[in-house]
Amino acid sequence: MSQATTGHLARIFGDNQDALLEGWLSGMLSRMVRRDKNAEAELRQQAARFIPLLIKALDKGQTYDIDQPSWAELRHLLGDISAARVRQGFSPTETATFVFALKEPLFALLRSALADKPEALAAELVETGTLFDRLGLFTVEEYQKGREAVILRQQQEMLELSTPVVQLWKDVLALPLIGTLDSARTQVVMESLLQKIIDTGASIAIIDITGVPTVDTLVAQHLLKTVAAARLMGADCIISGIRPQIAQTIVHLGVNLEDVITKASLADAFLVALKRVGASVSYQHAA
Amino acid sequence: MERIPILKMGNLLLVTIQVDMHDRLAMTLQDDLTARIVKDHARGVLIDISALDIVDSFIGRMISNTAAMARILDARTVLVGMQPAVAITLVELGLTLHGVQTALNVEKGVQLLQRSLD
Repeated sequence: MSQATTGHLARIFGDNQDALLEGWLSGMLSRMVRRDKNAEAELRQQAARFIPLLIKALDKGQTYDIDQPSWAELRHLLGDISAARVRQGFSPTETATFVFALKEPLFALLRSALADKPEALAAELVETGTLFDRLGLFTVEEYQKGREAVILRQQQEMLELSTPVVQLWKDVLALPLIGTLDSARTQVVMESLLQKIIDTGASIAIIDITGVPTVDTLVAQHLLKTVAAARLMGADCIISGIRPQIAQTIVHLGVNLEDVITKASLADAFLVALKRVGASVSYQHAA
Repeated sequence: MERIPILKMGNLLLVTIQVDMHDRLAMTLQDDLTARIVKDHARGVLIDISALDIVDSFIGRMISNTAAMARILDARTVLVGMQPAVAITLVELGLTLHGVQTALNVEKGVQLLQRSLD
């Protein structure tokens, strides 16, 4: 299939810009699920930017291959539109419709312009169809990239959110772990714990694993690493929040937690920690 | 010859490592330290490594050995001032310095020793 343009398309666009824009917009608006003034205005603006860039790309490059540099501006615009639609919560179909809706009014114009030359019309339809398919696919790809960027950002935010180190008392830190521990998270947990030990001069840290759904050998190993690193900095660790099932799993797996103080609940661990730093809790009134 | 200074604080000895360790230096330090423990009747040894950004397996083993030697001479060893990055590296290397007590800084190390000596 030839990649060179026949020139028909550029001419039709140049001659009928306004009619095409209106036809395109009405096609898009009729298919839109949510209609409001803002969205309409935005759509009109995007469409008005799209057509001149398309004409420019056709004029300059004389090719339908959208990977060429002459199509760069148009690709950029489509990328922006896709990114904006990802943020606004559009579906992939809605996003791709932006490009595909232009086909209808365009094909109608082509048909009337080349009515007397059926062979040329057929060839032109195939070429134009292919071009718009590519543009549509490109839009969907950009949409996908935008989605992946959002997911990646959320993953990082989750990583940071899920590893808080809190000070419970003078010299006592707590590290409530939520979710599964993998190597990357262990690294983050370890770094923030050790930094907090330096900042507060804490001598004891409670690692609470109530929120850790399962403990396998790997997770246990990560926990022991964290404990060992804290010990090298002069802080002892207590592991708390061990559920009955997890205690059973740990024994069945043959994981050795004998060098670490373990407690069933955070409250028990806190009492041990207070005793270690020389503090005590008492009730003012007899219960 | 290059030497690592050993300072006496009451019945404790303070060793601050600030330079790269090598075989010869480690041997000299172990000679000096054991001699000083006997001469000064020291009951505790503090090894301060807060100035070290890198601790490899060699230094790690040297510290373990020194602590074991001091133990035989009835002196407790406390390793103080380890940097977070060093701690993470040692754990990843699988060197947890078993048998060596640790503290965050010299002050806490002294407290720890004093408490265990009372």
